[in-house]
Amino acid sequence: MYDGWKIIIGIVIFLGLLTVPFFFAGEKATAKPDPKLDTPEIMKLPEAERKCVESKDYMKREHMKVLNDWRDWAVRDGNTIYTSAATGEQYDISLQNTCMKCHSNKKEFCDECHNYTAVNPYCWDCHIEPKEEEI
Amino acid sequence: MRIKRREFLKTAGGAALLGFGGISAFKVLERGRAEASAVLRDPKALTGKRWGIVVDVSKLNVETMKKCMDACHREHNVPFIENPKEEIKWIWKETFEHSFPETEDKYLAEEIKHMPLLVLCNHCDNPPCVRVCPTKATFKRKDGIVMMDMHRCIGCRFCMAACPYGARSFNWRDPRPLIKEENKEFPTRMKGVVEKCTLCYERLDKGREPACVEASDGALVFGDLEDPNSEVRKILGSRYSIRRKPELGTLPSVYYINVGGIEYA
Repeated sequence: MYDGWKIIIGIVIFLGLLTVPFFFAGEKATAKPDPKLDTPEIMKLPEAERKCVESKDYMKREHMKVLNDWRDWAVRDGNTIYTSAATGEQYDISLQNTCMKCHSNKKEFCDECHNYTAVNPYCWDCHIEPKEEEI
Repeated sequence: MRIKRREFLKTAGGAALLGFGGISAFKVLERGRAEASAVLRDPKALTGKRWGIVVDVSKLNVETMKKCMDACHREHNVPFIENPKEEIKWIWKETFEHSFPETEDKYLAEEIKHMPLLVLCNHCDNPPCVRVCPTKATFKRKDGIVMMDMHRCIGCRFCMAACPYGARSFNWRDPRPLIKEENKEFPTRMKGVVEKCTLCYERLDKGREPACVEASDGALVFGDLEDPNSEVRKILGSRYSIRRKPELGTLPSVYYINVGGIEYA
């Protein structure tokens, strides 16, 4: 092979450039999202009442469908009381006035997973997100 | 191989059973929607068959009109835009001449012609905007409210062309920065959607009267037009009233009484 060492050095530099972003990003690029549930509003509640409208597992998997249903029920049908299948408790159907009253940390709660999975829900084009204090 | 009739029927029946079983299994597995029965109407909600408003023009003056407009626009995060080509309005002032152009009162005093009135979406019984909406973003609720579902609006503005009252406004730009004081309990709109008065559906569903009616010091009366014992029906039964452009057959739900009276200050 003519000029073999040049070719090999070239390949090494090429591979180095290719992998540089991974070295720099390190763990951050692959870290699993970790939505935070410790807002002041939730922490104020007694331990036993720290429950979402449905089980954590269900909400994790189906919250987008829940929100879709909630929107249709409230806007199109005028039905605004939701009874939880998990606890039987009743909630006002409202993104701004129910969901976000507890989950006042949109950045650490919503965006955490949405950024990771690269989805861009357009809720906040219209709905007003809670004011978050810069940390 | 020949299939006897008996065997054919057996296989066909079995296949049909399997098919039905499959459908019900599919339904069980499909966990998309939460139980619909889990949703209720708020017991406090006001219920009616056809909501309407009676505007007593003699009780309107510049101050009460401003109060009504401010109450509505503050409550619903309506931006303030001075340019009339871009302005957003849910309830606004209009002269008598422009509100009731079909009356053709030739010798009407200039004073009355130019007298300002309060106008808003008429929540028509036969709403042309609903007919033209291609996405059903505008629809008529069971209680007669002509509603907007902002999630579905694609900004085609057919409804604006259809509405004979100019009750609809288009968001030519992001309204957020132009809202003086945000009401955190109600959403804003985004660039590219049409908006209008929703007769305070969110307040009715929680048992409160519309914001303009509450702020009007009695100039606006709200009630069910289908209920013969309601206050609006009592007023309409005893007074002469007019509606905007009745000749178009849209059947508005907003009535005006005492129009052009000398009491107007």
